[in-house]
Amino acid sequence: MIENLDTIEKKDLFASGHRACGGCGQALAARMVADASGENTIACVATGCLEVFSSPYPDPSWRIPFLHSLFENAAAVAAGVEVAYKALNKGPVNIIAQGGDGSTSDIGFQCLSGMFERGHNVLYVCYDNEAYMNTGVQRSGSTPLGTRTTTTPGGKKRLKKNIPLLAADHGIPYVATATVDDYRDLQRKVKTALSIEGPKYLHILAPCPLGWGHAGDLTVQICRLAKQTCIFPVFEIREGKIISVQKVPVKKPVEEYLKLQGRFRNLFKKGTPTTDVAAIQKIADGNIERFNL
Amino acid sequence: MLKQIEGSQAVADVVALCRPNVIAAYPITPQTHIVEDLAEIVSEGRLKAEFVNVESEFAAASVVLGASAAGARTYTATTSQGMLLMNEVIYCIAGMRLPIVLTCANRAIAAPLNIWNDHQDSMSVRDAGWIQLHAEDNQEAADLHIQAYKIAEQLSLPVMVCMDGFILTHAYEPVDIPDQKQVDDFLPPFKPTHIVDPRWPRGLGLYADPRFYMEAKYIQHRALEKSEETIKQVSADFRRAFNRDSGGLFKTYKLKDADVVVVSMGSIVGSIKDLIDRFEAEGKKVGLLQICSFRPFPREQIYETLKDKTNIVVLEKSISLGRGGILASDIRWTFPKGEKIKRRISSFIAGLGGRNISLDDLRYMVEKVEREPVELEFLGLRQEIIQEKDL
Repeated sequence: MIENLDTIEKKDLFASGHRACGGCGQALAARMVADASGENTIACVATGCLEVFSSPYPDPSWRIPFLHSLFENAAAVAAGVEVAYKALNKGPVNIIAQGGDGSTSDIGFQCLSGMFERGHNVLYVCYDNEAYMNTGVQRSGSTPLGTRTTTTPGGKKRLKKNIPLLAADHGIPYVATATVDDYRDLQRKVKTALSIEGPKYLHILAPCPLGWGHAGDLTVQICRLAKQTCIFPVFEIREGKIISVQKVPVKKPVEEYLKLQGRFRNLFKKGTPTTDVAAIQKIADGNIERFNL
Repeated sequence: MLKQIEGSQAVADVVALCRPNVIAAYPITPQTHIVEDLAEIVSEGRLKAEFVNVESEFAAASVVLGASAAGARTYTATTSQGMLLMNEVIYCIAGMRLPIVLTCANRAIAAPLNIWNDHQDSMSVRDAGWIQLHAEDNQEAADLHIQAYKIAEQLSLPVMVCMDGFILTHAYEPVDIPDQKQVDDFLPPFKPTHIVDPRWPRGLGLYADPRFYMEAKYIQHRALEKSEETIKQVSADFRRAFNRDSGGLFKTYKLKDADVVVVSMGSIVGSIKDLIDRFEAEGKKVGLLQICSFRPFPREQIYETLKDKTNIVVLEKSISLGRGGILASDIRWTFPKGEKIKRRISSFIAGLGGRNISLDDLRYMVEKVEREPVELEFLGLRQEIIQEKDL
């Protein structure tokens, strides 16, 4: 079904004219995912920014079938579509559940875990903008250490939940991470995932200019810095084994990533202990070691 | 064929005859036997369907939502806490007009934790936009499922078949299980009207801003009101095809000359009929109106049926805490204010959390309302374990 993994697909299956903010990483990623998966796809989308800016009645942006139910059940709804296709002898069809980091790592994690465990032939895509953006930038389980949100005004004190590795530990056949600055890599991973039978998980870092406090034209640059500082490792796991890692030959200090974003302003205020930034550098160093970046 | 079987098995057998494509369920007492029996039917190959063992009732409802949106005939069953956990999806299914059939093995709701029968669970979703049909006995529980699919798919409305937990689900009694051909003749294959399919890309579950939301709810409300006709029609068609009375909006028993009318629903109506017969032998005229369709609530037809009755007592296994009887509320609303006729409508709450309702309890109730109207009374309340300081 998937022809060429390395061709960039531009089919406009996720049409322009939607209501996302300028520079929205999620809108960019959703278009890449839709175009990579092609017309023969059903998108099951969780409540959240993506759903709100792309599906107001009567003018949705989707040119593929779109199914939205609730905030926390995209994975279960997609599982339902999948079993229906099996039972009705229809298909093959690409079934892609999509949600933000809140619906994926917090409120919808049970449905996600159940879908993985039961082995549905579904690709779950998480657009990670590291907080509840649709409701006005509140902290989620995926918000990183030190981040200022409206519910962590002093900066988050806890670590970001590692959903890709939690997904991999379910024993599912394919887990990958990607960023929206690398069209080719992201689409290759979507196509790779769709060529594999069973549950798949793709975790995409999707900057939110509004919530992260950066200019809309910096979305791509911020993604690159997330990789170059090793804050966000980009890798693929097949059957529990890491099969590819995007190497970072020249590693930059995390400050270069943090300083561009208003959400980390607290860390650089006069009088803030430098240990806070050091703790984040430690996370990046841990990624370097763990993934051999 | 007449079989001496458990209520749960009767429902499982009949659901299988309705040929659902997708079944998803999470185990919860007293619903378990239904889904266990269905799992066996599927695993033995007697029904070709996908049986999905989900991780929660919330997921069960979500899986059937997705499957129904993709064009499958679907089934799930739950009760009590499971119904509450499903609540969000229950509303969503109705709003999306998906013709899902669900069995509610009626059970009480915690706290205190209690696994026995009352109607609080299905009452908790009475406003969600589902058709709710209550079974009197296991034959009717089985029959209602066949009718439910027909009603649901004709109207694009979800249907909940309510049967009393344990009292029906775990009771063995003779049930006539139809053969496959009879059911196939009655229930045509599901032809969905709006589904997700790449051949006709469209959106399901779009969000509606204030310009559109109210109309969506109005249309849902009108559809439910209009479903009364279909519920009646399907019950009449069922009578012709299967030669027995099941379902419909409501039934009456010895109502014509009754001086006192009991209104109730679910399995307790069997006991009420027994009592009515005994009263009759004693020369006392008591009648019954048993609700099958609680939602839609057939107000006009109940009014027409009861308009000459001056002493009505509502017996129900549910309560709106801080307000009173729920069915009683609906029955009181049935009669317009300022009627010339002087009418008493009494309200009794009974059987909460599986408390037994004896014939003596029922007799006490009828004899009490003969003497005086009762605003609200808990039947069989054990006053000796209630302390003044707790009130």
